[in-house]
Parts: sequence; C-alpha cells; structure tokens
Amino acid sequence: MLEINNLHCELEDDTEVKILKGLSLTVKPGEVHAIMGPNGSGKSTLSYVLSGRDGYEVTEGSATLEGEDLLDMEPEERAAAGLFLAFQYPVEIPGVGNMTFLRTAVNAQRKARGEEELSAGEFLKIIRAKAKELQIEPEMLKRPVNVGFSGGEKKRNEILQMAMLEPKMCILDETDSGLDVDAMKLVSDGVNALRASDRAFLVITHYQRLLNHIKPDVVHIMSEGRIIKSGGPELALEVEENGYGDLLAEANA
Amino acid sequence: MAALDETQLREGVDRETVETVQSMAGTYKHGWETEIEMEFAPKGLNEDIVRLISEKNNEPEWLLEWRLAAYRRWLTMESPDWAMLDIPMIDYQEQYYYAKPKSMVEKPKSLDEVDPKLLETYAKLGIPLKEQAILAGVEGAGEERKVAVDAVFDSVSVGTTFKKELAAAGVIFCSISEAVQDHPELVKKYLGTVVPQNDNYFAALNSAVFSDGSFVYIPKGVRCPMELSTYFRINAENTGQFERTLIVAEKGSYVSYLEGCTAPKRDENQLHAAVVEIVVLEDAEVKYSTVQNWFPGDENGKGGIYNFVTKRADCREDRAKCMWTQVETGSAITWKYPSCILRGDDSQGEFYSIAIANNWQQADTGTKMVHLGRNTRSRIVSKGISAGHAQNTYRGLVSMHPKAKDSRNYTQCDSLLIGDQCGAHTVPYIEVRNASSRVEHEATTSKVDDDQLFYCRQRGMDEEEAVALVVNGFCKEVLQELPMEFAMEAQALVAISLEGSVG
Ligand SMILES: Nc1ncnc2c1ncn2[C@@H]1O[C@H](COP(=O)(O)OP(=O)(O)O)[C@@H](O)[C@H]1O
Ligand SMILES: [Mg+2]
Repeated sequence: MLEINNLHCELEDDTEVKILKGLSLTVKPGEVHAIMGPNGSGKSTLSYVLSGRDGYEVTEGSATLEGEDLLDMEPEERAAAGLFLAFQYPVEIPGVGNMTFLRTAVNAQRKARGEEELSAGEFLKIIRAKAKELQIEPEMLKRPVNVGFSGGEKKRNEILQMAMLEPKMCILDETDSGLDVDAMKLVSDGVNALRASDRAFLVITHYQRLLNHIKPDVVHIMSEGRIIKSGGPELALEVEENGYGDLLAEANA
Repeated sequence: MAALDETQLREGVDRETVETVQSMAGTYKHGWETEIEMEFAPKGLNEDIVRLISEKNNEPEWLLEWRLAAYRRWLTMESPDWAMLDIPMIDYQEQYYYAKPKSMVEKPKSLDEVDPKLLETYAKLGIPLKEQAILAGVEGAGEERKVAVDAVFDSVSVGTTFKKELAAAGVIFCSISEAVQDHPELVKKYLGTVVPQNDNYFAALNSAVFSDGSFVYIPKGVRCPMELSTYFRINAENTGQFERTLIVAEKGSYVSYLEGCTAPKRDENQLHAAVVEIVVLEDAEVKYSTVQNWFPGDENGKGGIYNFVTKRADCREDRAKCMWTQVETGSAITWKYPSCILRGDDSQGEFYSIAIANNWQQADTGTKMVHLGRNTRSRIVSKGISAGHAQNTYRGLVSMHPKAKDSRNYTQCDSLLIGDQCGAHTVPYIEVRNASSRVEHEATTSKVDDDQLFYCRQRGMDEEEAVALVVNGFCKEVLQELPMEFAMEAQALVAISLEGSVG
C-alpha cells in the first residue's frame, strides 16, 4: 500500500534544517502501523511530506501509494488517490458549514476519480448515519468547520471526514492528544470500524494508551527523522514503561 | 429537499456553484456581443445632444429644462479625485450618449413585438423575459418564486414582465421613459429629490443625458407581490450607459428590488454613470440588491467598465427602512457609495457589501449613513476581497447630526487579501454631533491562509475550489442577506472572479 524509501527532507526556507533523514517504511493493505517518538522527531513532518504540504523540500528517497509516485502529485491528487491525513491541529474555516465542506470534498474526489457525484439527499443520509456513530450532533454539522469546536470535537470531526471519504491509506497524527477516555473510545471505535483488508493505517501517537484501543500490527520508534526500531505491540509497552531513553541510547550506540 | 438546499446554500459554496465555475473555465461569461442594428445619436456631448435625447423620449418641457440645467452645472464641475483611484482621463466627446436598437425605434407594444435577437440576448444572460419563464431551478422553501424583470439594453428599456399582475396590486414597474409619459406627476414630484442634479460630477452628467432606467411605485400599504428586477446590459461600442432608477415606497409598503449588470468584453473602456434614487415613506421598507458583473478588463488591465454610480435612499419619514446589499465583482474602476439619509425618527439603514477586486481592478466603495432623525439605526457590513494587483478601498461615512438623539451605528469592515501584490484600505469618516448616540466600528484584515487551503486540498478540492470555498465563507454574512436566486449567482461569481488569483 504505502512504501517509503530512504526519505530525506529539509525546510524549503532554511535548507540547513534537515528533518527527515533517511526514513523507510512499508505498510501493507489491511495493516495498522504505529509511529511513536519524542517531540520534534519529525512525525508530523512525515505526514505533511506524504500529503504534499508546501514548505518542505524532498532531497532524496521516494514514497509511493499502490505503486504510484506520491511526491509527484498535487495534494488533491494524493487525496483522490486515497491518502487521508487526520490533522494534529485541524484547521478552522469561518463561514463554511461543516456539511458543505465535506460535500464539496467528497464530490471533488468522486469527480477526480470519474465517479458520479452524490446528490444532496444521498449525502445527507450517509453523513447523518456516520455522525451518529461518532456521537456528533446534527447541529455540529451545520457549524462552520472546526470553529469553536472543543479539542475532542475537532478530532471526532476528523474521523467523520475520514469515514465519509473512505480513503485507502489513513494517516492519523496524534488524534489521541487532548482526548478524554470517552472521546478516545469513540475515536478508536470509529477507526476500528473502518479497518478493512484493503485499507491501511499509520497511527502517529505519543502515548501507548491509544494502542490499547487500536491494536497495531507493527510499532515503529522514530527519532531524529529516522525509524530507529520496529517491532510488535510489545514495543509500545516498553516505551510506556521505560520512556524513549534506553531505545535512543541503544540506537546511538 | 428544499429546506436542505437552503441550508447548504447558506453555508457556503455548493455543488452548483462549482459546476458553474468549472463550466465557465476562466473567461468572462457575458463577454459576447449581440449583432443588432443600432440607431446612434452623433458622438459627443453638447446641448443639442441633450435636446435630442429629450426629444427622442418625447419628454415634456420641464424635463428638458431640468436636463439642460444639469448639463450647464456639469460643465462647471470637476471630476472628483478624492477616491483612492487612478482614473485615466475620460474624453466625454468620444462617447455616444444615445444608442437604441433600430427595432425599438417604433416602440414595441408588447414583448411579442420585441426583436427576437434582443430576447435571445437576455435568454443567454439567463434572464427570463417571457412571463412563463419563472426563474427556474431554485427551490425557495417549496414554492416557486416570481420575479418581474425590466431589461435595459444599452440605453433603452426593452420590456417589462408581469405587468398585469403588478398592476392588479397597484404597483407601477416600468421604464422611466414610460413613467414620464404615463405618470408624469409622480416623476416630477420625486425625480432629483434624493440625488440633486448638482450632487456630484457623475450625477450631474447622468441628469443631463440619462436615457432610460426603471421606475417603481408601491402604493400605500402594499407589499409588492413579487421581487422586481432590472438587468442592465451595455452592448454597443463606445456607448456610455446612464440609466436612472427611481423607486418610491409609499407609507407602509414593501418591495425587494434586484439589479444585475453585464457588458461585452471590449478593449476600450466603457463608461457607466447611473443614478438610483429611493424614497421611503412612513413604515415602508425597501430592499435593494445588486449583483454587478460588468466586464472588469482582462488580466493585463485592458478594457473594462468605469462604474461611477450614485445610489441613495431617503428614509424620509418615521420608521422607514432601507437595506442595500451589493456584490461588486466587475468593472475596471468602481466608484460607488450607496447611502441612506435617515431623516424620519426610528428610521433604519443597512448596507451589506462584498467587493471583489482581482487583476488590475480598482474599487473605491462603501456607504454613507446620515442620521438626522431621533433613535435612528444603521448597520454596515463590508467584505472586501483583493487579489492580483487590485486595490480595494472601503470608504464609509457615519454622521450623527445634533438632532439624531439616541442613534446607533454598527460598522464591521473586513478585508481579505489573496497574494501579496494587492492592497486593501479602510477609510472610515465618523462624525458624532450629539452626546447620546453611539458609533461602533470594527475592522479586520486577513490573508487567505495557506493552512486553510492545504486542509481543503488534502480533502480533495483543487486550489481554486479551495479559494472559492474559503472566500465564500468570509462573505457569508453578506451572501445570506441576498434573495435566494441572487445568492446562487453571487456565489458563482465570487468563484469566477477570483480565478487565476492563486498559484
Ligand atoms: N515549518 C517548519 N518551520 C520550522 N521548523 C520546522 C517546521 N516543520 C518542522 N520543523 C522542525 O522540524 C522538527 C520536527 O517537527 P515535527 O515534524 O513537528 O515533529 P513531531 O511531530 O515529531 O513532534 C522540529 O524540530 C520542528 O521544529
Ligand atoms: Mg507532531
């Protein structure tokens, strides 16, 4: 599904700042991979480079989605190809209704893929059902995108967008941060409901507790722009108990 | 279903908008011209031309004298230069002041006699002149809505729809030249009482040479049974358009009036100097909405309409109310300040505006709220959007006179910049000459945020869709004040006029 090979990147505005330094990763269809790592190790940057945000210059390496070169595409083309990023900090868009935003997005993707657009009626039926599963009030669908949403509402809204867009490759950037236990459960249930043999997840998280709800197949530890260790779910527990210290020391040894 | 469409329409861009935009693919939609034989008066301006226009319209002596007085005043005046506009010299002798489709020389008696080419032109513009053509495709809370249309082609009104139904309600809606013939006492009583001939340079010019426009009279206590609409189109080359609109709302009446404008693409600049006068009497209410889409010039700043317009409402009696809503996307240069004179006690004025300037467009627009009566209220919401090399200025006057005790104004003025070559300016003039009135002014300037655009694009929208969505969100407070069919058109226009502004 997702294949990242020896990826290097630096800031466009300051080429002295190298962030990704030879990152490699392969995620197969149906798998859930977790990426853990200290603050500043480049986790969000990885998600931005994969989804095509401006400001980063890839200097070496490659990234493909189902064999297609991601780095060569516009952000909207990557989205239409099936890449989705649940933002660490979802963006507010004043004056634009949540529902209008999502309908525009869904239909833009359908159009790009040569599919028929959803009528207003069909769209409404689907979004109401999915919102209900995530315990998103109908009133929240009418409010402007993320404006005045609580932290938990913003994250649930990201999952709602993911559920509506039905992407193949979902990247979740610290979707658990700022969530209380109940919200964490809702979000995890939402993600788990989407798990499928033809869909894969890359779950970026700081804490092990999310992984109690979303069981990963593989856990990667990231530091200074590289994966320094990969393993099974037990690796996350190890981090939980001992912190990153030992792992980092081991990697630098 | 209807309710759903309504909610979504009010939330921002919808599917139809995007489709419309895509189908228009970056070109000015109304940029074709109609080949129709025209009758022109000779080029240039002098007293003989003024007389000729008056004669062609078969006007009474008093009106000819009125025009001549305006012309003589105009000769002594100078083009205003206080606006933040770079206006090239206009050679007033190089313009035609009167152009009339030949088929209209003998005035048609009904729409059936109108040159089919003219009707075709309006059909192309999407304007239903025929009575059966009720504005289609828009669901207004389940019921179909009727809109009566008066269409003005170059200088001449080509026909008004729904005349019978309006007459049954006692509403007069016709071209101003017809009104001069059929209701001279009304025209004489109100013409020039809101915008005097010598009000400003362009108003004086208009008073001298106006050739047609719309006239509306709503009798006492009547709620106009449908929306009234005028579409202006400049077609002929080197022709100035000087229409004059006069709306009179008698005590306790109500009307919503829509105005739309287009012109063909030309390399030369064309002059448009209109005057709109609105008289609002006791307890009456007038809503006046404009979607102005004159040709703005090309991406290099060549061609386009000079739009120098004087619009003013006189809330002459107690509890009179006027609301201006405008979406200004076109014209190379816009000079326009729809205003309210709040003369009656408890009278109210509102101004909602979206002004978009892209490429090399210049807009200097805003409003004047003149509070004369006690306990008067005004509200101003202005959304200015600048892109490309455009300059966009909001200029607003709020004046509280000594007798306007306990009056209030609220002004909100937001500017949005797209790119870093354009400019936004806010020039508020505030005069408060009594101690009990209050004026509030809020202004913001922001840029279309890269994070917002990236967020939209990550969800699958292309860059132009993303900009249109964000900008429509920025304009929402104004868009939602427009009548439904105009709101759709306006959303589409917002998107179209910003094409090419990113990337
Ligand atoms: N746009 C940017 N400008 C400046 N520094 C940046 C930018 N993006 C990332 N960085 C730097 O790159 C490093 C990695 O950041 P980030 O990817 O956000 O890490 P993480 O998500 O793992 O906490 C940090 O040192 C951060 O300061
Ligand atoms: Mg991060």
